Amino acid sequence: MAMPFFVPGDDPGANFPELLRRIGLQAAAPTGPSPDVGVPHATTCIALRFADGVIMAGDRRATSGNLISHRSMEKVVQADRYSGVAIAGAAGPAMEMIKLFQLQLEHYEKVEGSSLTLEGKANQLSMMVRGNLPAAMQGMVVVPIFGGYDLRRSTGRLWAYDVTGGRYEEQDYVATGSGSLHAGTVVKIAHHPQMARDEALTLACRALWEAADADSATGGPDALRGIYPVVATITADGWERVGDEDLGARYVDIAAEMRSRA
Amino acid sequence: MSMPFYVAPEQVMKDRADYARKGIARGRAMVALRFSDGVALVAENASNTLRKISEIYDRIAFAGVGKYNEFDQLRVAGVRAADLKGYQYSRDDVDARSLANSYAQMLGQIFTHEMKPMEVEILVAEVAYEPAGDQLFHILYDGTVMDERRFSVLGGDAESISTRLNASWVEDMELGAAVRAGVAALAGPDRVMVADDLEVAVLSRSNGRRCFMRLAEAEVAGYLGVPTEQTPAAAEVSGPVDTPDTAETADTLDTQETPDTPETS
Repeated sequence: MAMPFFVPGDDPGANFPELLRRIGLQAAAPTGPSPDVGVPHATTCIALRFADGVIMAGDRRATSGNLISHRSMEKVVQADRYSGVAIAGAAGPAMEMIKLFQLQLEHYEKVEGSSLTLEGKANQLSMMVRGNLPAAMQGMVVVPIFGGYDLRRSTGRLWAYDVTGGRYEEQDYVATGSGSLHAGTVVKIAHHPQMARDEALTLACRALWEAADADSATGGPDALRGIYPVVATITADGWERVGDEDLGARYVDIAAEMRSRA
Repeated sequence: MSMPFYVAPEQVMKDRADYARKGIARGRAMVALRFSDGVALVAENASNTLRKISEIYDRIAFAGVGKYNEFDQLRVAGVRAADLKGYQYSRDDVDARSLANSYAQMLGQIFTHEMKPMEVEILVAEVAYEPAGDQLFHILYDGTVMDERRFSVLGGDAESISTRLNASWVEDMELGAAVRAGVAALAGPDRVMVADDLEVAVLSRSNGRRCFMRLAEAEVAGYLGVPTEQTPAAAEVSGPVDTPDTAETADTLDTQETPDTPETS
């Protein structure tokens, strides 16, 4: 492969998607009438602020119509050391967007020699969602949540997006996907911004449990196969994924509490 | 009608090579050496912001000496080539050898076809999963590639630095020992270098996915400790010796930008 070399006035800078366009590697946006292609969809992710930063959580199920197409999809992923992204929508474009977003953050850091600010990362994602608008019109909607720890302000921050790339910073919590109404309500009732880590993790697990309970496209904890939601904390120490043993124990407690009520 | 003077191709190449070598020799040198956990890169660099050593990919680092704007352009091209390849294929498909070949092609092309050759020497280092696989590709201004086993020396005064490093390098050094050996080789017997004069980074096998890591000044100072190679008396002598050096801190590009009066013509 030839090494990409540009003259000074024509240089794409630290912008990786722009580089892909220049090289001619970007996929064409779909055109024509919206076909019913039945792409897998991913569902229910939440993010909430707590005392030390942000918690992001998402279930693992992907569906195609009424079928479960994938049981162990990871919709909540690390974007870089201090941020993460959670995605609901058409799985293919969503995964591609995540891959490109991760790559863009790293590419920027290497080319420029310093990381983007958290605000800059949120804005970058906004432009990617906007770039997906033609595909969204064809039914390939991708709606992410972005969260991270802002090293300049020493606080966790959250952003919600809409299909057009609209970017809205949230103070308390965000939910996205088909089960977002249920998950969001559970978080809304108990949430306060100074929650301790343990309490906030249990709340996130509970929110996904209730979403899975009421929404067929959201997967619950699967003790049989050992598949648990992806739950991660982002604090001043960076991204840290919560282990399956920890999550398993929390779900045992939640189940016990449900039984005791019956 | 004017006739262009005939200049023998040998002479053209020689002039260009001399020009490039002279530019490179004005800059300060750098060394890269293998140690137990990967590759240590040590450069003499008065600037704390304009880097000579940087990350290209997960297991690959880049270092350049000579004209800053030229090797920085090469660095960015390398980051782009690596990120594009990783995006198109997989992260494991990005390797130093093909990157070094691309650099060699480009430098060779520029050397023979452009008005002026690039006044740079670059290094592409890769750390493998096992120490035996670590690679150092040293690429010259004319596109010559050298695959070096133990260490690489780039820049002016390379021969004497090589000789010193040849004497001090041993297999399986600790990081601290490697940094000390690199710094001692760069400094030579007459100078004492402190952490502020240096830019040090490592490609470390134990550093997770992204092996590249810069060492903070305090960390480098910790490794250097009280200058062990020199006696304390020698360290004190270095005070006044250093002073004229600090006067040229504006010389961040490492090459004094005095126009080189061509000797021919």
